[in-house]
Amino acid sequence: MKVTDKDVAYVADLANLELTEQERARMVRDLNSILAYVDSLNELGTDNVPPMAQVSDRFGLDDSKQGSERFAYASRPDVHQGLRKSLAHDVALGNAPDTDGTFFKVPKVIEK
Amino acid sequence: MDLRNLTIEAARSAVVEGKTSATALAESYFAKIESDDPKIGSYLMLSKERALAKAAEVDSLVKKGEKLPPLAGVPLGVKDVLVTKGVRTTAGSKILGDYIPPYDCTAVARLETAGAVVLGKLNCDEFAMGSSNENSAFKPVHNPRDLTRVPGGSSGGSAAAVAADMAVATLGSDTGGSIRQPASFCGVVGLKPTYGRVSRYGLIAFASSLDNIGPFAKTAKDAAIMLRTIAGRDPMDSTSADLPVPDYAAELEKHTRGMRVGVAKEYFGEGLEPETRAAIEAALQKLAGLGYEIVDVSLPHTKYAIPAYYLVATAEASSNLARFDAVRYGHRAKGVRGLSDMYRRSRDEGFGGEVKRRIMLGTYALSAGYYDAYYLKAQRVRTLLTSDFVEAFKKVDVIIGPTSPTPAFRLGEKVDDPLAMYLADIYTVTANLAGIPGISIPVGISKENLPIGMQIFGKHFDEATILRVAYAYEKAQ
Repeated sequence: MKVTDKDVAYVADLANLELTEQERARMVRDLNSILAYVDSLNELGTDNVPPMAQVSDRFGLDDSKQGSERFAYASRPDVHQGLRKSLAHDVALGNAPDTDGTFFKVPKVIEK
Repeated sequence: MDLRNLTIEAARSAVVEGKTSATALAESYFAKIESDDPKIGSYLMLSKERALAKAAEVDSLVKKGEKLPPLAGVPLGVKDVLVTKGVRTTAGSKILGDYIPPYDCTAVARLETAGAVVLGKLNCDEFAMGSSNENSAFKPVHNPRDLTRVPGGSSGGSAAAVAADMAVATLGSDTGGSIRQPASFCGVVGLKPTYGRVSRYGLIAFASSLDNIGPFAKTAKDAAIMLRTIAGRDPMDSTSADLPVPDYAAELEKHTRGMRVGVAKEYFGEGLEPETRAAIEAALQKLAGLGYEIVDVSLPHTKYAIPAYYLVATAEASSNLARFDAVRYGHRAKGVRGLSDMYRRSRDEGFGGEVKRRIMLGTYALSAGYYDAYYLKAQRVRTLLTSDFVEAFKKVDVIIGPTSPTPAFRLGEKVDDPLAMYLADIYTVTANLAGIPGISIPVGISKENLPIGMQIFGKHFDEATILRVAYAYEKAQ
């Protein structure tokens, strides 16, 4: 068993989840089963293989350039006023669970 | 008007030639949905007002005798992970149960600009996470070909709606097979474009380096028309490619004789059901009969695709789904004690089991001490899997294999075993990791009367060729 109850509690904390007792027990079982399966990746030696975070890491970029210049295809000239207007204030607040009409309202941030 | 086998061209011509009006056509689809969908469950929401306004606009153009756009009056549906301004969009999740987007997804907007009538929002697995549509927080979808079976997932509603003639064509999203696998289970055409071909602006993100929007249709030609409409650079998505978009439908008739078709033994190994294998082999024979050269190729890292995929996808998902904080939109739990309690309880109540599992797995794979062993390792393997395809495509024009190892399984069959469910994606996740396009087309029917799908992979940005092969196969039927 790689993942313990303690690990699940720690990861749930990182992920801003609470999880019930029952969910935590199930999570220990499922994560262990999935991680045992993904262990097969260790059969492959990959020390000299570069990681691929994006398809554009390998395709679409301009190899003749250096650094972030290689991704120049994805950039646009700077514009002073932005690309488009922002959402109207009431529209931006329209889906919020709680507002005072001007700001999003949340419970007290500083806790004991 | 008979909605069975109604294609985009037939629907458009009927409207253009005045055999029906866009409004009447939309109304007949709504009637069909109201009578047939209760037993299938493909729609989460109908957007009648918006649809009928669009239809009326098309009808007035017809009346004035003006030139009509390519999808004029064609009734379509879109997966509920694509945001629609003023029309509730849930991503199949309770956490977005009341969400009314303030903007439109680019792909949906492009369909409407082309004259399409969007009937409503289609059911799917929560946040597109699943292979059976059973993870929808609202209701499962039943496969129209056999109501005891799943339609596949995550775009189960999009596939079922086309199969049951409740839309002429639909949009879905594909992160690990979520267009191709349900297309195969429901016996329709499903196309995952090249990563970057279609803007994802307004697609509720699951795994940003793998997500694609693409069409479901009854024919290769309809898929070609849909793709052309939605494809192309969009300043709102910096990953959308600034490349010319071919007229895919016009390219279909181009000569395909002498095409080299790769077959990888890794896609015909253990776990592939004999009937599915036989159907794919028969289809390959047919292509050979059209003058295609069948060539053996090797994709040696295929068996590592599922483990690499489930690490990359969940890591990205855990990050993307961090935005659901119950502040700006989404469900907020009642009676919370402080901010941290609000985050936790809102997310606990709002997310379903599979979504929590993936957030947990992804967070674990990214956490200090495990990042190198899991996430980084998976990214390195992703490079190997991509190189497999790049090498193979030096020898062939397309690569063909099964879409799924089995036809549609039964509702409930895999819900308690996440790993078994993940393995349903074994032949599809590779295209997402490598970023190549893939299309699933129906090629047979099993003894149990279930559709079998064949998958055609193409080179980066070469959707035109896989569509041509799909079209040539269809015509040879």
